[in-house]
Amino acid sequence: MSEPLSPASAAAGAVGSAPAFTKSEMMIVAAARELAGQRVCFVGVGLPNIAVNLARLTVAPTLELVYESGAFGAKPARLPLSIGDPTIVTGATAAVSMFELFSFYLQGGLVDVGFLGAAQIDRFGNINSTVIGDYEHPRTRLPGSGGACEIAINARQVFVIMRQSKRSFVDRIDFRTSPGNLGGAANAARIRREEGWLGSGPSVVVTDMGIYHFDETGEMRLDSIHPGATLDQVRDTIGWKPKVAEPLAATPEPTAEELRLIRQELDPEGAYTK
Amino acid sequence: MSKVTSMRDAVAAIIHDGDVVAIEGFTHLICFAAGHEIIRQHRRDLTLARLTPDLIYDQMVAAGTARKLVFSWLGNPGVGGLHAIRRRVEDEDPAPLELEEYSHFGMVGRYTAGASNLPFFPLRSYFETDLPKANPLIRPIRSPYGDETVYAVPPLKPDVTVVHAQRADADGNTQMWGLLGCQKEAAFAADRVIVVVEELVSEDVIRADPNRTVIPGLIVDALVVEPWGAHPSYVQGAYDRDNRFYRDWDAISREAATTQAWLDEWVYAVSGRAEYVEKLGAERVASLRPAGAAPSGSVDYGIYR
Repeated sequence: MSEPLSPASAAAGAVGSAPAFTKSEMMIVAAARELAGQRVCFVGVGLPNIAVNLARLTVAPTLELVYESGAFGAKPARLPLSIGDPTIVTGATAAVSMFELFSFYLQGGLVDVGFLGAAQIDRFGNINSTVIGDYEHPRTRLPGSGGACEIAINARQVFVIMRQSKRSFVDRIDFRTSPGNLGGAANAARIRREEGWLGSGPSVVVTDMGIYHFDETGEMRLDSIHPGATLDQVRDTIGWKPKVAEPLAATPEPTAEELRLIRQELDPEGAYTK
Repeated sequence: MSKVTSMRDAVAAIIHDGDVVAIEGFTHLICFAAGHEIIRQHRRDLTLARLTPDLIYDQMVAAGTARKLVFSWLGNPGVGGLHAIRRRVEDEDPAPLELEEYSHFGMVGRYTAGASNLPFFPLRSYFETDLPKANPLIRPIRSPYGDETVYAVPPLKPDVTVVHAQRADADGNTQMWGLLGCQKEAAFAADRVIVVVEELVSEDVIRADPNRTVIPGLIVDALVVEPWGAHPSYVQGAYDRDNRFYRDWDAISREAATTQAWLDEWVYAVSGRAEYVEKLGAERVASLRPAGAAPSGSVDYGIYR
C-alpha cells in the first residue's frame, strides 16, 4: 500500500518531472477534486477528513466543513486525528450542540455532501460499518453507524472513499448500516420519495484504483482509472463483475502542489497516507 | 448551598452497582477521572451509555464494571477498534457484554426525549437499514398528521450523568465552551448529576455571562473540582487531546494482560486525579497546553433597572 508509484510505472499522463506519489495520496487527491463546486460537506472520520481538508485548500475554497461533533464552518489549523479535535472549534463559524447539528443542519436539509468511509460496500453503494459476520455473534465487531446512517439518508448526495479489496467490495454486505441505491435505482428513487428522504443517495466512490459514479440502474461504474492501476487489478479487488465506462478516463496525477499540501501541511506524520 | 465534594465521595454517594451511567462528552470533555474512580470503587453491573464509548468505557469494561453498553459508535477515532470491548463481544472473554445500538442522532434523540419527559423521539433515520432489526427498540411510527412514517427511539434517562466542564460555581451552575456534544441533554435526562470542572469560580463570573451556562445548579447533585480530569480527552482552551495516548492505547489494550497491567499502574495504584497528573509528568502536561490564547470577544448584556 505504501510503495511509491514512480512516474515511469504510471499508466497514463506520466511526465518526466512529475513527483512520485503513493496510492493513498492519489486516492485522497481524486476524492478532493470531486468536491469542486460543493458548498456544505459533512465530514466523516478517517480518510474523508483529509480529503475534505485538501479540497478546502484547493478546488473548493468556499466549502463549509460540518463535523458531527458540532462544528460548522470549521477552519482546522492542523489535520485533526479525531473529528472532535479542538482545532475544528477555534476559528469556526459556529459550535453547536449535536442536537442542533443533526436536527437543523442535517435533517433540515442544509448538507450538500455527506462524506463517508466504509468497511464493506456493494455494487449499489449500500454500506456496512457495523459487523463482519452475524450481528449477534460477529467475527469482527466494527464501530457501527455513528452518524453515517442519517447522513446517508439526509445529505443531498453521498461520497464514499475507501480502499478496494475483495473483502470490502462485496457481492452482499453483512449488515446494511447506511442505505445506498438499495437493490437498484428505480426502486430506490421510489422508496426515497415515499419515505421522505432528503438525499438522492451515493454519487461517487473513490478508491485507491479509480473513481466510480453510479449509472442509470444505480450500479457503480468505473469512470476513471488511477495512474499505475490496471483493469485486471480493479477486477481482482472487486467481489462482482464491475461495469467499466467506455471510454475509460485516466485520473490525472496529483500535482506538486496537492502533494505538498498533503505531505507538509495536512499530514506530515503520514497518518492517513501510509 | 455548596455542592463541592471530592471525586471519591461523589462516586461513593451517587453511583451504585447496577446503575445506568452516562459519562458524556463528544471527544471533548470526557471525564476520565470519574471513570477511574468508579473502577477504583469496584462498581459492578453498570449499564454504560455514551455515543462513543471511547477509551473510557474500554477501560471500565476491561475493569469489569459493566454488563451492558448503550452506544452509537464503538471505536478509537482515527486509530482503530476498542479491544477490551471487542474481546467481550467477539470472544465473550472473560464474559459476554450486552449491546444496545443506535446511530448518533438516535442517541441524541433518546437523551432529548429523556430530558423533555416525552415517550419517544421521532427522527428521519434508519430507513431501509438493518439497525431496527438489530435493535427492536428502534420502531417505525406513523405521523398523526399525514401518511408519513418516521422512526422513533425511546427516552434514555440515566440514573447518573457525569459532565466535565471548564467552570462552575459552588452551587453547580456550569459553563462550558467548545464542542457541547449532548452533555446538556444527558444531564437534564438524568436522575442524578455529577459535574466535574477544571475551575471553581464565583457566582458573579457565572452571572456575568448567562448565555454560556449549559447546566443550572438546580439539577446538579455534586460538584467536583478536578483539574486535568478529562485527560487524555481535552478541555477547550485548557489542554489538548492527548492523541499520543489514544494511539498508545491501541497497543496497550490488544492483550488482556497488558490492559490489566495498565489499569494496575494508572488507576488502582493511584489515589486520584492529582496523583495521576503528577505521574503523567510536567513535560507531558506542558506539551498539551495550547500553543497560544484565542480569547472570545466579550459582549455587553447592558444594565436595566
